[in-house]
Amino acid sequence: MSKLRIITNGIIKENPTFALVLGMCPTLGTTTSALNGFGMGVATMFVLFMSNIVISAVARFIPNKVRIPSYIVIISTFVTIVQLLMQAYLPSLYETLGLFIPLIVVNCIVLGRAEAFANKNSVLDSACDGLGIGLGFTLSLTVIGLVREILGNGSAFGLKFITGDGVLAFVLAPGAFIVLGYLMVLFNKFVAKKE
Amino acid sequence: MAKESSFKNMVIVLGLICLICSALLALVYGVTEDPIADALVAKTNDAISKVLPEYDNMPGEESSVVEVNGKKYVVYTAKKGENVTGYAIESNAAGFGGEIKLMVGFDAASGEIYNVYVISHNETPGLGAKIGDNSPNNFKEQFRGFNPAEKVLRVHQEGGDVDAITASTITSKAFTSAVSTAYDVFITLKGDDADAVTSATSAKTNIGGGNNE
Amino acid sequence: MEYVLIIISAIFVNNIVLSQFLGICPFLGVSKKVSTAVGMSAAVTFVMALATCVTYLLQYYVLVPLGIEFLQTVSFILVIAGLVQMVEIILKKISPSLYQALGIFLPLITTNCGVLGVALMVVQKQFGFGGEAAHFFNLGQSVVFATASAIGFGLAITLFSGIREQLELSDVPKPFRGVPIALITAGIMAMAFMGFSGIV
Repeated sequence: MSKLRIITNGIIKENPTFALVLGMCPTLGTTTSALNGFGMGVATMFVLFMSNIVISAVARFIPNKVRIPSYIVIISTFVTIVQLLMQAYLPSLYETLGLFIPLIVVNCIVLGRAEAFANKNSVLDSACDGLGIGLGFTLSLTVIGLVREILGNGSAFGLKFITGDGVLAFVLAPGAFIVLGYLMVLFNKFVAKKE
Repeated sequence: MAKESSFKNMVIVLGLICLICSALLALVYGVTEDPIADALVAKTNDAISKVLPEYDNMPGEESSVVEVNGKKYVVYTAKKGENVTGYAIESNAAGFGGEIKLMVGFDAASGEIYNVYVISHNETPGLGAKIGDNSPNNFKEQFRGFNPAEKVLRVHQEGGDVDAITASTITSKAFTSAVSTAYDVFITLKGDDADAVTSATSAKTNIGGGNNE
Repeated sequence: MEYVLIIISAIFVNNIVLSQFLGICPFLGVSKKVSTAVGMSAAVTFVMALATCVTYLLQYYVLVPLGIEFLQTVSFILVIAGLVQMVEIILKKISPSLYQALGIFLPLITTNCGVLGVALMVVQKQFGFGGEAAHFFNLGQSVVFATASAIGFGLAITLFSGIREQLELSDVPKPFRGVPIALITAGIMAMAFMGFSGIV
């Protein structure tokens, strides 16, 4: 597979949200606006990219039975790094995303890619895979956030285009489930069909 | 090192990974420690500057701790020349989704609330979260110039003079009660209750000796 | 009284699945049948209460005194992973029948973000009810909160699996089949749970 194929693979065919249906918690929990979704996506992408690189580099030395705990330690290290950096340089975004930053550790996408891709591919391929899946995740989260923001708040990326409130339910919990559900329907109907 | 799962191998590899990772984290922590502290200070200073009338000192560095009803509150004093122009008081209350943290500024001369700033909250977006709103006609605007000596710091439903946010009475009550706690602190400060006031030089956790003013 | 408030708020008002978005993966993955949903919730309840208790002690008696709170995430997840393994081994030895019932769900729990989420919540967030001053939970309140959250998870997943069993029988348009219709159903459930807001 060419490097480009690996990257685009993660964006559409193996899109973590719409095709693989992984990492649902942050997908639903942090997409109250397009910017929040984007921030969460980038944070996850960083962890995914770094942990994929490190794991593919050291996988050869790790005994099979302690594979998972080792991966978890490596992943949670990068998560904590993101957490510290965000607290230092983007404190307001850190406050909005809150609990979901440390929870990247248990995001099935990250551990899933380590198991399914990074531990049997080269460092470069794993880096591309991390980037691709991360981009796919960021894209999905931004789109969901954008739809919820437009419907629920009447704004896009923080810019208001109608006065007053939108349909509040879309910013609240039920809206998250429903928007994701309908977006998945559209994805199934128009994107997945082309395969 | 082989990929064998012998006991020795497992312990060595896992131990090594943990060691390297904690070392790396300690390093990053060391680098980010100061920026994190700075970000917190910047946030506090920003909050203070929004809720206080004119001043020419650095209220962020003139904090003191006041005890009211057994609880400690941090107060920042604004001065112009030698005159105290106002106080910014940190206060909190439990709202609908968790803690609501406010910075409440009082005009020292008139006793009016100068402004209220929401430091952090966890209220429902679109409903209770309106307390943090900065648009015109927002909820906290009514606290500007509110004089608790003349009006009652409680929501209408409880016989007070505060208009609650529609469908967010609990949040509004919590917000109002945090403001009212801050007012109690202010009254304590204004009174000759100097014993309750201990001033700290810079850090708010660092409670030093000596009386304020 | 405070415990009653914690329990009601954790189960209904701030249900971890339907309003906090934690534990969505098992919520969607293990909810096709009522019987498996019940087994999963029992296993989650057990692990969540135990994990919260252990991580609480870890936070206040190890991490805070040593000033290494930045290792919070790493140590919590390791403790949870280790705990799950230990519970599995102990259960196998002392109660094979319980192990048979819960065993297959235990490995899945490590990646249930609800467990880590609740453990982090009790040491990070401040709680309080109806205008009183907010404060951190003590050990007893933490364990009660964790257990109640897990029961909330159990309630949501069991109700949901009941609905999904019915859905299997109905004629759903093709693009909606599987996860999408489940998500939309969950959205309607979340809306119903919003009716509980304001009771605490």
